[in-house]
Amino acid sequence: MDGFIYFLIQSVNGLKLGSVYAIVAVGYSMVYGILRLINFAHGDIMTVGVYTILVLMTAFGVPLWVTVLLSVVIAIAVGLATERIAYRPLRTAGEEATLISSLAVSIFMQNLIMMIFSPQRRAFHLPEYLSRLHTIGFIKLSTMNIITFAAVFIILIVLSLVIKKTRIGMAMRACSDNLNASKLMGININAVIVTAFAIGSGLAALSGLMLAGEYKTIDPLMGFVPGLKAFCAAVLGGIGSLSGAVLGGFILGIAEMLFAGLMPTDFTAYRDAFVFVLLILVLLVRPYGILGSKEGGRS
Amino acid sequence: MLEINKLSVKYDNIRVLHYISMQIRKGEMVALIGANGAGKTTVLRTISGLLKAESGEILFEGKDITKMSSHNIVASGIIHVPEGRQIFTKMTIEENLKLGAYLQRDRSVIKRNFEKVFSLFPILKQRLHQQAGTLSGGEQQMLAIGRALLGNPKLLLLDEPSMGLSPIMTQQVFSVLESLKKEGITMLLVEQNAYEALEISDRAYILETGNITLEGRSSGLIQDPNVKKAYLGGD
Repeated sequence: MDGFIYFLIQSVNGLKLGSVYAIVAVGYSMVYGILRLINFAHGDIMTVGVYTILVLMTAFGVPLWVTVLLSVVIAIAVGLATERIAYRPLRTAGEEATLISSLAVSIFMQNLIMMIFSPQRRAFHLPEYLSRLHTIGFIKLSTMNIITFAAVFIILIVLSLVIKKTRIGMAMRACSDNLNASKLMGININAVIVTAFAIGSGLAALSGLMLAGEYKTIDPLMGFVPGLKAFCAAVLGGIGSLSGAVLGGFILGIAEMLFAGLMPTDFTAYRDAFVFVLLILVLLVRPYGILGSKEGGRS
Repeated sequence: MLEINKLSVKYDNIRVLHYISMQIRKGEMVALIGANGAGKTTVLRTISGLLKAESGEILFEGKDITKMSSHNIVASGIIHVPEGRQIFTKMTIEENLKLGAYLQRDRSVIKRNFEKVFSLFPILKQRLHQQAGTLSGGEQQMLAIGRALLGNPKLLLLDEPSMGLSPIMTQQVFSVLESLKKEGITMLLVEQNAYEALEISDRAYILETGNITLEGRSSGLIQDPNVKKAYLGGD
């Protein structure tokens, strides 16, 4: 019985982590769907958001909700700046060029944050009312966890409505289906690309806060690996498909926590490796991801 | 209505159009004929802003559109039915048509255009909620033309609308173009099917390796011995 409870607890921890991966993966997938760009800097936008919160909260004592808002705004600004400076000029140069450019942006941002804040790990404490624990059956959840679940749920629903029902949503789907034909419909594709980057960057900032709140420490490289895993989640679910990204995010999060929790402690250090192996195994069976199809690639 | 002056276009540093000039008057149907690789598609892609001109100018209703971006060119009334149809395969027929009307604000105009498209292509109405990728080649071409009509075109650019279609489908497409012509929609038609194109159009230009080598009334060109030999397969 104890074992089962432990399994349940790890599953819930997996859901926590998975919800973070899910919303980062959605941003990843959205940008990839339109530009076929694997944006390695996506995870570092998360770090930018977290450090913004740290500075505003500790140095200026701004209330948390204001800092969250500002961190989203700043993350969006940084995301749009990278699009304008590092990706747009290379748009006709091919996918390899923008991929390399995104690696450069990632390394640049990591080092810039290290220069400003030092490479040291720092403590990151949420206000007491957010880290208070609630016990539901065998499972302990902090107020922050509950807010996170609710936020992720609302974000995903709103996002899917926007994409299904609104004019800009239809334009985004058109762009990811056929970019050139979208131009011929009169869609301003730059506006659509900017929207995708803005949504992705804003979501990355929020997920950064969720991760930092969970692990209680932050460092300048903290965004990179979760960014990679979110990319894996997007590929696992079927890149370009938003529901696939969400599904992939939850699968990876839960698998990772179960691995970390159920394996002997000697192995838990390999949890990142496990995630990547899982991705490879799934792609061997379903090369286009769980919900992806061959059609997902642009003809 | 459309005036192209000394337009040249480079593709990967190779000039593919050499200072060509063309005019299209309002209500006219003009054909652009030439062999594979002559640069016909390049002409259309440059008009609609997908490619940038190296030099020269394109005027539409007196306004210089050479450097305008595609979405503004579409907004000014030039609608391009691209080669290979380029429909949105993962979206429904209805969504494809709505995307055609993306810049249209007037609901009554959109509704009228939808009805027009449904009367021209009843099959699209029956399959409204079907994914566009499941349509046959001919049906996809109808969708591509229907989608363009929802953009309320002043000038319609058609790139090889008969390509890959069965002879029966080709006839259907040409009869639709005929009825659009009767309605007074100005058209620039690129075709390899030179005979059909000359039959239906008012005037034509002949493009050879990036140069316009011949132009004139289609009824005259169809009799021209050189044209016959090179494009109509006759003697």
